[in-house]
Amino acid sequence: MNFSLTAYGARHVQACLGALGRLARNPLGTLLTLIVIALALVLPLGLELFVTNARLATGGFSNAVDLSVYLKSDVPLAKAELLAKSARGRADIAHLELISAEAALAEFRAYSGFGAALGVLSANPLPNVLHVHPASEAQSPASLEALRHYFAAWPEVDVVQIDAQWVTRFNAILGVLRRLLIIAAAILGAGVIAVIGNTVRLEILNRRGEIEVTKLVGGSNGFVRRPFLYAGILYGLGGALFAWAIAAGAIAVLAAPVATLAGTYGSHYALVGPTSRELAILIGGGILLGWLGAWLSATRHLRSIEPRA
Amino acid sequence: MIIFDRVSKRYPNGREGLSNASLRIEAGEMVFLTGRSGAGKSTVLKLISLLERPTRGTVVVGGKNTGSLTTRHIPAFRRRIGIVFQDHKLLLERPVFDNVALPLVVAGTPLKEIDKRVRAALDQVGLLGHERALPLELSVGEQQRVGIARAVVSKPPLLIADEPTGNLDPDLAVEVMQLFKRFQEVGVTIVVATHDLHLVRELGLREIVLDHGHVQGTEEDPLPGMVATR
Repeated sequence: MNFSLTAYGARHVQACLGALGRLARNPLGTLLTLIVIALALVLPLGLELFVTNARLATGGFSNAVDLSVYLKSDVPLAKAELLAKSARGRADIAHLELISAEAALAEFRAYSGFGAALGVLSANPLPNVLHVHPASEAQSPASLEALRHYFAAWPEVDVVQIDAQWVTRFNAILGVLRRLLIIAAAILGAGVIAVIGNTVRLEILNRRGEIEVTKLVGGSNGFVRRPFLYAGILYGLGGALFAWAIAAGAIAVLAAPVATLAGTYGSHYALVGPTSRELAILIGGGILLGWLGAWLSATRHLRSIEPRA
Repeated sequence: MIIFDRVSKRYPNGREGLSNASLRIEAGEMVFLTGRSGAGKSTVLKLISLLERPTRGTVVVGGKNTGSLTTRHIPAFRRRIGIVFQDHKLLLERPVFDNVALPLVVAGTPLKEIDKRVRAALDQVGLLGHERALPLELSVGEQQRVGIARAVVSKPPLLIADEPTGNLDPDLAVEVMQLFKRFQEVGVTIVVATHDLHLVRELGLREIVLDHGHVQGTEEDPLPGMVATR
């Protein structure tokens, strides 16, 4: 048993190495096929990375719904601090930050580009603001409404603004992109199967004589098919690795401009590459598609090749 | 070893390859199939190796009714038959060693064993030392001998050859026949289709003569008292 298992494994290793050798002997053709497969795989991967990065980059606000409580401009800072202190006691508030009118003006001056224009103002036009981040269990529309009511009831409060709508919209856009990604992956996956299937078909036709002789001396369909399945697997694997390299290259090229862009928002966001899970799906998917394309093609075309002595 | 019971074979193009042919070849025998081209020699060999199926009648090979073998069984069945072709059917881009090793490789023989047996087979046909040569670097006679080495490397109990000397000059043809004779002496059943009557007579072995798909002579009733299994 052990012995035959070893022989079985050896036959697979042999078939795999044989397929690898065959691909290596035709480097240009192999490269072209790999590029086509890699392009088909890199598009869904790129979309996935785009969605992931968009979500992470905006993570500070996209995952949370915040309230901005604008106090009336005649409310002094001391009073605002008092209000902030009392509100912090509530269970449905995770975090509350008081942004004083002074601090807001300083920030505005630094980032808006209107610094010089602000100099002509005699008084600070900005109010003190409470920035409220609700507790995670209090982010339902009803709880947010209750919070809004609580703040709106204070006589010192001018306006309560819930920064919810654009967040919902943004998440919806990401949802659409994610669905688009699945559609693209399905279509391009079918394309990969077709490309590999066709490559294997041509290879089978090229080796028709050899296949006939192999069948003549008692080679089973499984034996004849095995190297083609390995060729498919190698195409899929190679294409997936190629796609990974393309994605890594794209991230490297984009890193600097993205850092500049993030800087303009006062962020230090750096692009993330594929996670190990995404890589596993990419490589596993590539191998599976390669195997499937080769299997479909080989099973179909090998059956038609019977020896004619 | 081989029994044909009232076998007919009609090809899709309407040509009758065999008509109601019956014959019997014993285990360990060396037999010649003779007759003009088109007489049905190749058809008999194709039916033995399951390259074709009979239209009517029963073909029994090695105790197995070939009609009961499905496509799935054919590879294992063929591994027990060595086949030699007139055009040798070697893989021209593979060295001699790979060509001879092929039947062992498809049967899953361990590599060490393959090496040993390929050398033994090449030794038997006098080509030891040519393992790395490509078939086209060899003479026609040597190529045919590589084909024979491939046919016997897995030590099949039955060896069939279709015009194995068709492309060889008389001296080489005799040499090849002597080679077959030696395999027969160690117990292999051998069926050789040939139109080289001179050679056949010289060896003095049994001859089954085919003419227009019919077996000539005394081969009409190979199964006295036995009902053919269908």
